[in-house]
Amino acid sequence: MGVKTSSVAFTGTKEQYKKLLGIIAEHKDDKGALMPIMQKAQDIYGYLPIEVQSIISNEMNIPLEKIYGIATFYSQFSLNPKGKYVISICLGTACYVKGAGDIYNKLKELLNISDGECTPDGKFSLDSCRCIGACGLAPVMMINDDVYGKITVDDVEGILAKYE
Amino acid sequence: MEKVKVKINGISVEVPQGTTILEAARLAHIEIPTLCFLKEINEIGACRICVVEVKGARSLVASCVYPVSDGMEIRTDSPKVLASRRQTLELILSDHDRKCLSCVRSGNCELQKLCYDLKVEDETTYEGERNHYEIDNSSAHMVRDNNKCILCRRCSAVCEHVQGIGVIGANERGFTTNISCAFDMGLGETSCVSCGQCIVACPTGALYEKDYTDEVFEAINDPDKYVIVQTAPAVRAALGEAFGLPIGTNVQGKMVAALRRLGFDKVFDTDFAADLTIMEEATEFIDRVKHNGVLPLITSCSPGWIKYCEHYYPDMLDNLSSCKSPQQMFGAITKTYYAKKMGLDPKKIVMVSVMPCTAKKFEIGRDDQNAADVPDVDISITTRELARMIERVGLNFLSLPDEEFDDPLGRSTGAAVIFGATGGVMEAALRTAVETLSGEELPNPEFVEVRGTQGIKKATYHVAGMDVNVAVVSGLNNAKTILDEIKTGKSNYHLVEIMGCPGGCVNGGGQPQQPASIRNNTDIRALRAKALYDQDASMPIRKSHENPSIKMLYDDFLKAPGSHKAHEILHTTYVKRAINPF
Repeated sequence: MGVKTSSVAFTGTKEQYKKLLGIIAEHKDDKGALMPIMQKAQDIYGYLPIEVQSIISNEMNIPLEKIYGIATFYSQFSLNPKGKYVISICLGTACYVKGAGDIYNKLKELLNISDGECTPDGKFSLDSCRCIGACGLAPVMMINDDVYGKITVDDVEGILAKYE
Repeated sequence: MEKVKVKINGISVEVPQGTTILEAARLAHIEIPTLCFLKEINEIGACRICVVEVKGARSLVASCVYPVSDGMEIRTDSPKVLASRRQTLELILSDHDRKCLSCVRSGNCELQKLCYDLKVEDETTYEGERNHYEIDNSSAHMVRDNNKCILCRRCSAVCEHVQGIGVIGANERGFTTNISCAFDMGLGETSCVSCGQCIVACPTGALYEKDYTDEVFEAINDPDKYVIVQTAPAVRAALGEAFGLPIGTNVQGKMVAALRRLGFDKVFDTDFAADLTIMEEATEFIDRVKHNGVLPLITSCSPGWIKYCEHYYPDMLDNLSSCKSPQQMFGAITKTYYAKKMGLDPKKIVMVSVMPCTAKKFEIGRDDQNAADVPDVDISITTRELARMIERVGLNFLSLPDEEFDDPLGRSTGAAVIFGATGGVMEAALRTAVETLSGEELPNPEFVEVRGTQGIKKATYHVAGMDVNVAVVSGLNNAKTILDEIKTGKSNYHLVEIMGCPGGCVNGGGQPQQPASIRNNTDIRALRAKALYDQDASMPIRKSHENPSIKMLYDDFLKAPGSHKAHEILHTTYVKRAINPF
C-alpha cells in the first residue's frame, strides 16, 4: 500500500492548470462530462497522474477513486507520461512465438520499468502492443518511428544505446 | 396499482406491475438466493446467483433486476438454473482465498452458505491462475483482504451512495479487477471516515474490523491492571443476534453478566456518559442561543460524522459541539474523577469500550482525548468482538442471569439509552434543554417527531417564547443534503443531530452482520431502535439532568455544566482535513 505516484516527477505548468480548469468549468454540468474531461486532461498533460486526477476530483466533487477506476479500466488512459523515445514491442501471435516475450522482459530489465511506465529521466517509455502489421519481420519492436525487425535478445542493449 | 399474473414454478400469483421476479417469488414463498443484491443500494444484477428461467427468454435472467410481465412463466428451481448457480459459485471459488476455518466470517459467510445450499462439492473445480493481494492494514479501524473479495460491489455501493464518500471502488479490468482505493492508497490514507458500513455490507471475510480481543484478554489477565468496561446503548439491542436471538431483543442484563464473568473489574455503562453529554451539550446550546454563538449547533457523538465533517465540510467545524463523544467522556471521567475517588492510578486503569461502531477505534487515537494525560479510552471493541470473546471462553450466553451495572458509573436514564437510535440524542437534549429554559416540568418527555428511521427529520418546538428549529440526520449522504441547506442559507436550524450510520448507532458498522436476505426484507434499524425506546419507556428516570450519579459528579467534582473543569475534561477540538492528497 501507499500512494502510487508516477515514476516521473510531475511538471505541470500554470498554463496547463488554467486550461484544465477552463475545460472543467465549461463542461462541469453536462451529463456524462467526466470521460470527455478526462480525455481533454490527457490531451493537455499527456497522461493522468494523481495530481491531474485530483484537480478533476476537487473541481467536480467526484471521488478520486471513481476517476481512477475509469482511468485504469480504459486502456486509452495512461497514468504515466510517454518518454522522449516511445518503445512499442509487439506481443501479437507471430512475434510472440518468435520470442518477443523474452525481448520484452529484457527491455523491462534494462530500463527497470514495467508495461506502460516511463523511466524516471523521461527518456524511454515502454508499451506492449498487439500486431503492428509487420509479421514477416517478427519479432518486431518500434522506437518512435524506427522499426526494428527480426531482433534477438542480444540486440536489445545495442539498439537502446543508439538513443543515449 | 395494476396487477399482473405470473406463474412461478407452476404456481399462479398476482403481483403488482413493476415487481421484480425476486420479489414476486417471495410472494409465492420462494426465496431466490442472491449475492450482489442489496435492495435500493446495489441493484446491478452482476453476480448471476439469482438467475431464473423465463419461458421464451434467450438465456437465464437475473431475477433481482428483472421485472415481471403479465403471463410470464418462471422457473426458479429447474436443473438448468441450479447447475448455473453452482457453476457460478465454483468460478467465484476459483479465485477466492478458501481459508474458511480461520476466517472471521466462518459460520456467517454468505458465500459459504450458498456453497452449502447449492451443494458445491469441490472448491477446486476450476483451478488456475489466482490473484494475490496485499492486505490493507493502513486504517485504524479495519482490514481489507481482497483475497477474499468476490467483487459483488456491495461495499463500494454503500460507501458511495449511502455515505456519499466513495473511497473504494472497482479498479483495473477483467481478471485483475479489484476493489481498492485510488492510486493504491491504503484506506488510512484516504478520506475514509471509518464508519464500517462496508463491513456490515460485505458477504464474505474480505472486510472486517481490527480485532483487539486478544489485547482485552491480556489486560484482564494482567494483575497490575484495573480493567473497566463501558458499553454503548446500541450494543444491548444487537448483541443477542450473535447468539441467535431475534433482531431487536434487548440483552442488557445478560450482557452485564457476561462482562462480569469475562473478568472485568467494573462493568459500567456508556449511558452514564450519554447523560453527561446531554448536560454539557444542552448547556452549550443554551449558551450559544443566549450569546449569539454559531448556530446551528451540531452534535458530536458520532466519530464517523466528525471525520466526515473534517474532510468534507472543514468550514463548518465551528458548528460542531465541542463535547467529546460519550465514549471519550466516559474514559475521561473514569481516569480523573473515578480514579481519584477510588484511589486508583489512572496509568493502571485499562478503559475498554464496547461499541456498535468501528469509527470509535479511530476516535480513541485522536488528539486532545487524554484528560488524565493518558488516553481516555485504551481499547475500543465492537459488538461483534464482544460476541467472539463470550464464545471463546464458553459462556452460555442465553442461560446467563440478568445482572445490573456497577455503581456509580453504571447508573443512567431513559434519555441516555435512546442515544443508540437516530433522533435519540436530540430527544434527550430537548428533554433537558426545554426544562432548563422554561423552568417547568415537561408533561410528557417524548418528542415523537424526531423518532423513526427516516434519514432526515425536521421539527419546530416552541420553547420559552422562542421557536427552536431542529433537524435529525443519519447517513452521511443525508448529512450532505442538510449541510448544503445550512451553507446556502436555505434553512434556519438551531440544533442538528447527525449520526454517521443510517438509522444511528443501532445500525453501526460494528454491529452483528445480518445477511442480505434479512437486510433486504427487514428494517433492522427500526427493530433494534424499538428495543431502546421500550427500555426508555420502562425506566423510572427519563431525563439526563435527573440522574443522581450525574448530580453527584457535578456536586463533588465538575461544579457545573460548562465549567472550566468540565471544559478541560469533557471537551475537545477538531482539525481540518483534505479530501484528496493533492
